[in-house]
Amino acid sequence: MILVVAEYAGGKLGKSTLEMVTAARESGREGPITLLVLGQGVTDVATEAAAVADQVLVGDLGALAQYNPEVWAAAVAQIAREGEASTVLIGGSRSGREYAPRVAVKLDAPYLEDVIKLSAEGDALRAQRYTFLARVTETVEASGPVIVATVKPGSFAPAAPAGEAGEQYDIELNLPTPRTEITGKSVEKSSRVALSEAEVIVTGGRGVGSPENFAQFVEGLADNIGAGVGATRAVVDAGWRPYAEQVGQTGKTVQPKAYIALGVSGAVQHLSGMGKSKNIIAINKDAEAPIFKVADYGIVGDVSQIVPALIAASKK
Amino acid sequence: MKILTLVRQVPDAEARVKVSGDRVDLEGTTLVIDGMDEYGVEEALRLREGNANVEEIVALAVGPKKVEDALRTALAMGVDRAIHIETDERFDAVSLSKIVAQVAQSEGTDLILLGGQEADWDSQALGAASAERLGWPQLTWTNELNADGETLTGRHDVDDGNEGFKVALPAVITAQQGLNEPRYPTLPNIMKAKKKELRKDDLGGFGVQPAVKYVGAEIQTRARLNKMIDGKDPQAAAEQLLDLLRNEAKVLA
Repeated sequence: MILVVAEYAGGKLGKSTLEMVTAARESGREGPITLLVLGQGVTDVATEAAAVADQVLVGDLGALAQYNPEVWAAAVAQIAREGEASTVLIGGSRSGREYAPRVAVKLDAPYLEDVIKLSAEGDALRAQRYTFLARVTETVEASGPVIVATVKPGSFAPAAPAGEAGEQYDIELNLPTPRTEITGKSVEKSSRVALSEAEVIVTGGRGVGSPENFAQFVEGLADNIGAGVGATRAVVDAGWRPYAEQVGQTGKTVQPKAYIALGVSGAVQHLSGMGKSKNIIAINKDAEAPIFKVADYGIVGDVSQIVPALIAASKK
Repeated sequence: MKILTLVRQVPDAEARVKVSGDRVDLEGTTLVIDGMDEYGVEEALRLREGNANVEEIVALAVGPKKVEDALRTALAMGVDRAIHIETDERFDAVSLSKIVAQVAQSEGTDLILLGGQEADWDSQALGAASAERLGWPQLTWTNELNADGETLTGRHDVDDGNEGFKVALPAVITAQQGLNEPRYPTLPNIMKAKKKELRKDDLGGFGVQPAVKYVGAEIQTRARLNKMIDGKDPQAAAEQLLDLLRNEAKVLA
């Protein structure tokens, strides 16, 4: 079987899960597509999952109420072993990329990380992935009775329901006791659309000038056009904005339909987080800023003059 | 505690990456210690300078001859000694973790510190895979770390925010921006580093083969329109941009 570990949030199946189902269908690997749903109180998620999978395995347990990499790795490896999985697909989220290597080690399987394309090459699985701060696309290949891969979000089209809903089965799991105690959690709450889901993102860099300008121009424009808000590392380091908004190598990776960069110079580390956006729009005073090299539309000009005009014009 | 810091050598972020044939060609490229690993090295030094009881800090690198430079940088920052396993072979993270785990065991390591994501592979797997091989817990994307005896506390980023944690040694911690500000090696420390031990271990002794084959590489370019709008008249520029976004790119309603 091809085992796909479902990702979900707020009781709803994540888009990344549907993307992984497409990856599984396109991979050419053997076996029925099996979705594994781990957590507590996941009945609705399992029902949603059944619409796109051949079968759904449900681990609905108190011990899975809180994510822990060791526990998740043990559960996934156990099911992969018992079901003789040929392929294990895990979401390329922060948590997915954290426990997937442990699954690979447990199964003594090769690991293909954060893949954007998958195809069977005989017994082997061939994948493409970005490397060198997303400046290079590499093709890698691994073979073995089982291969573990994480799938980069946004790289595959979300799967549509196919035929009859898959059967659901409850599973029994032997889980280790987590050794890490979680002593507190702060959840990023924003009234705006999440960066990972946003179709349009407005990002501000140091060139915006000040935290006040950031609020007025970056947030102002974002709210006006229903976009998510991003920030560069320089802005986060300066304490203008929370880390949750940072886009780039050490922040979030995004690929919206439109990425509007205000006062962003375009350092390589930033480009690695947003360079795959469908359209890049740059407004910057500095005509030499590297961001213009990757921009589809660029305006050399002052953010504080152009953005108010943009906001006014967009209301028309 | 004994700390092992992992050090990789990657192209300088501003360096142009080129591809020859089917692989990335680093010939003539400026290589530096991976910035994320530097946070790990710095954190090891800070744990020692704080009230953690740190016996020794060892830096480990696996890679070609040139990687010595990155290890010298770690030594100049204050690491006690270094181990270099020389190879031109490219190892995937999960295979490489076999070497890391063996070194950690033979060195009696309690804590492994490394970067959260490598700037060459764009991989986040080495810390987790090493932790699994050793049977240790791991905390990734850590931006605050404190040690009290055998207990580590701190904070790290997770999918939907940030979490406080408490874990007993041994453990693997991956570092990131915000954890600290790495120090620059001073000239006297660079001189001292030359006398520190840089041991060469033979790759053959570890019995490790890469599990992933690299079959091709292409520079990732996406044709961009590069349409420049004259910004001298902000009003006209804004209207022109909106028109293009609505009617040409069709990204705004």
